This record gives sequence, C-alpha cells and structure tokens, in this order.
Amino acid sequence: MKPVGLRYLKNVTTLQLDQSKCIGCGVCEKVCPHGVFTLKDNQAQVVDGDACIECGGCALNCPAEALQVQAGVGCASAIIKGWLSGSEPNCDCSNDSNCC
Amino acid sequence: MPDSENCCQPKEVQQNDYRTDKQPAQPCCGHSPDEKPGFARYPFVTDWLNTAAGSVPLVSTRLVHRDHLGHWAMRWGIGRSRYQITPGLYAVGQPDPLSPVLVSANYKLSFDCLRSAISGISAWILVIDTRGVNVWCAAGKGTFGTEEIIYRCQTSQLEKLVSHKTLIVPQLGAPGVAAHKVKQATGFSVSYGPVRAADIPEFIAADMQATVKMRRVTFSTRERFILTPVELTGMRKPVLYMAVALLLLGGIGEDYFSFNAAWSRGLAALLAGLTGVLSGAVIMPILLPWIPGRLFSAKGALLGIIFSTVLILTLYRGTSLPGLAALYLFVSTVSSYTAMNFTGSSTFTSPSGVEKEMRISIPLQAGALLTAGVLWLTTAF
Repeated sequence: MKPVGLRYLKNVTTLQLDQSKCIGCGVCEKVCPHGVFTLKDNQAQVVDGDACIECGGCALNCPAEALQVQAGVGCASAIIKGWLSGSEPNCDCSNDSNCC
Repeated sequence: MPDSENCCQPKEVQQNDYRTDKQPAQPCCGHSPDEKPGFARYPFVTDWLNTAAGSVPLVSTRLVHRDHLGHWAMRWGIGRSRYQITPGLYAVGQPDPLSPVLVSANYKLSFDCLRSAISGISAWILVIDTRGVNVWCAAGKGTFGTEEIIYRCQTSQLEKLVSHKTLIVPQLGAPGVAAHKVKQATGFSVSYGPVRAADIPEFIAADMQATVKMRRVTFSTRERFILTPVELTGMRKPVLYMAVALLLLGGIGEDYFSFNAAWSRGLAALLAGLTGVLSGAVIMPILLPWIPGRLFSAKGALLGIIFSTVLILTLYRGTSLPGLAALYLFVSTVSSYTAMNFTGSSTFTSPSGVEKEMRISIPLQAGALLTAGVLWLTTAF
C-alpha cells in the first residue's frame, strides 16, 4: 500500500478479472506497477483495485484473456482534447520519463 | 602538438577485429579513425564491434557535460521532439553471445538513463522506434509495442547475435507489449525488468528476478519536483491568453475603457493569476501527498485559498469586499485548474478517475471564474 497521500479516487477503475479464465501464470502480478494483484493458490486476485491506474499492461499480457480494462491516459489536458475533438484522449507526452 | 602524429595520421582500422579491449577511438583534430564518409557518429559511441549481425556501435556508460545539459533542457521542454537517437542495436561493455539484451526507447533521456545505469555490465541494447518518447508514455500509445519489438528483432538479426532467447523489456513497457505474442512471432521470450533502470544490475545479478520494490512505481518529492518546470512551460499559452483577457477587462470602468486602469488593474489581476499558476503547477506537485483531499483540483483550490490570503495580507491590503471575494475565487480557480493538469504527470491517477474528477471540477471552476470576473468588474464602478 502506498502512503495515503499518494492514492487517488476509490471505486472508479474499469478493471475486471474473470476468475474462471485465470491460468495462474502470474504475469499480471509482475507487470502491475501498483501491486493491484496477488497470486494465491495459483489464481490471480485483485487485492488493491483502487490503486489501479488503468494502464492496461496486465490485460494486454494476460495470455488467457482473463483481464479486461478500459486502458487510456489519465491526463486532464488529453481528456479535454478528446472531449472537444470527439476522439480518443491522446496525450502529446511532452514530458519526461514520469509522464502520463 | 606532439600527439598530432598519433591522431591525425590515417590509422589502420581492422574491420574484422572482434576485440573490445583496444583503446576507444578518441576524437582528435575533429575526426576519429572510425568515422565513415556520409555518417555522423553520436558522441557517446566509442567504438564499433564487428559481430555476426553486422557492425554494432559500442556506447560509453558515462554521461558527460553535454548529456546533462540536454537533460536539463528536456526538463524545461526545450527541443523535446528532436532529442532522439537512431533505433537499432547498441553495445555496452564487452558483450558476447551470452550477454543479455535490454530493450529501450529511442528517447535520448531514456537511453542515457539506461546506459549510465549499467556501467560495468556487458549487454546489448535494442533501441526501438518510439518516435523519441519515453518507455511508459510510448507504451500507453502503443508505439513502444509488440509490433515494433518484433520488427526490430527481425531487422537487427538478433538471433545471429545472441545464443539465448530472452529479451529484457522494462516493466513500464508492458501496457504496449504482449509478451506472449512477441514470443510467438520471434521465439524470444520477454522477461519484464525492473521499473527503474538503476535496478538493472541487481536484477541481472539475481538471475532476472525482480524484488517487489523494483516492481513498484514511486512518486517521490524529487520525482515530483523535477516535473514542475515542464508544468510551467506547458502553461505558457493559457497564461498569455489570461494576460490579454485581464488587461482588456481591467480597462473597463466608468470611462468605458481606460488605458491607465487596464495597466494598473490588469497588472494587479495578472499578478494574482500568476500566483495561482505557481501554486497549482509548482507548489501543489511538491506538497501533493501532504495536502488533504484526493482530487488534484481540490488540493489546488485549497492552496489557492492560502496564497490568496497571503496576497491580501501583503500586497492587496485595503481591497474592497467584492474585490477580496474576486481575488479568492480567481486565485483558487487558476490554482485548481493547473493542479488538475498535473494528473497527466502523476504516476498514480487513472483515466476513469481523472474523467470523474473533471466532471466534478470543471463546472465549479467555470462558475467560480465567471463569478470572480463579475465581482471584479463591479469594483471598477
């Protein structure tokens, strides 16, 4: 768990795990940068869903397609641009390595 | 110059020399012996290795003054789109067919971060084309992606270069890379390395096992602080529009429009606006974990209220009541909006969360701004 000050909104993530499809490979636990998953009895479990940033790394790497998430950029200016242009939010990423 | 005959004479360059222990070519008199007509050599390339997959540039793991200068410019967003290197294979140390292959982006800041972190290690670096964008951002867009890795594996003839079948891909590249698909297409299995390049030596030493700490993204005070210059430079355009609007509105009064008032009232308001920008784009990112609330916009607004109070107690003593209200509303709205923009740079916000935050905050910000404008205008009559 991160310090309270570095946590974002609760109950907003679109992440969904279809337990019946999970093959217990553990790649989701490995790629998640926020510790959302734990492997227990050879099954992935969402233990901290509110920490999910919807980057989509877990879903893309899940060979069993057990994970679904509406991945995207969590960036206000990109979302405004998306609203205005009616397209998918796309961040211009003029930032450095920590950028969205 | 006694050394001139050593460096300016044509040197014999042994094309098939596989040794890496020979002296790196020192640029002297403007040319190095391994230069080729029609090619410019990156300053960080010290030599060429002749391998089964062709000639591979050997790069230094030491950053020099000009690298640091470039990094500083990137922090301010100067020349950002040009700060890239040519994709393809590079070498570090004295790599052989057993040495690990590290995949990286062609943003020079990412590449520098990687090569300086692996000094003392022998490895191959496969730089893929992310159009000069860092690994995490590029992965989010899919340019640091499955297709590009497959393409670079094939065109660089990696299978001739190394005898093993593993690629080390940065963990933050995962949003763009489907490891199992890379394996299907190339035979190379993806081993997700640590989040930070600095942990790579320990990761390799531990037989490619990352600790939990290596797998977690952080957002330390230092990490937040180095993002603030780019937050400020990103506000250039809005600040310009704001200045024009405030100078125009400032002139409106009993004489319909007064240039004197535009100047004095406009400047006073602009100072308040800039205080809001500084509060939201610099102070809020630095103090982020200690400011109560979860919405970035709320944290920004709270700081804005504090800064308004400071302004009122110092520069704006004796302001009328509507003027005070306008000041509070204006500074906290500007601070709230700029703080909300920092969600794009933070490492722990999700798109669903940011969208929710914006649906709550933007109407409030718009209402507050409008009210502030009306209140401010009434003080001119």
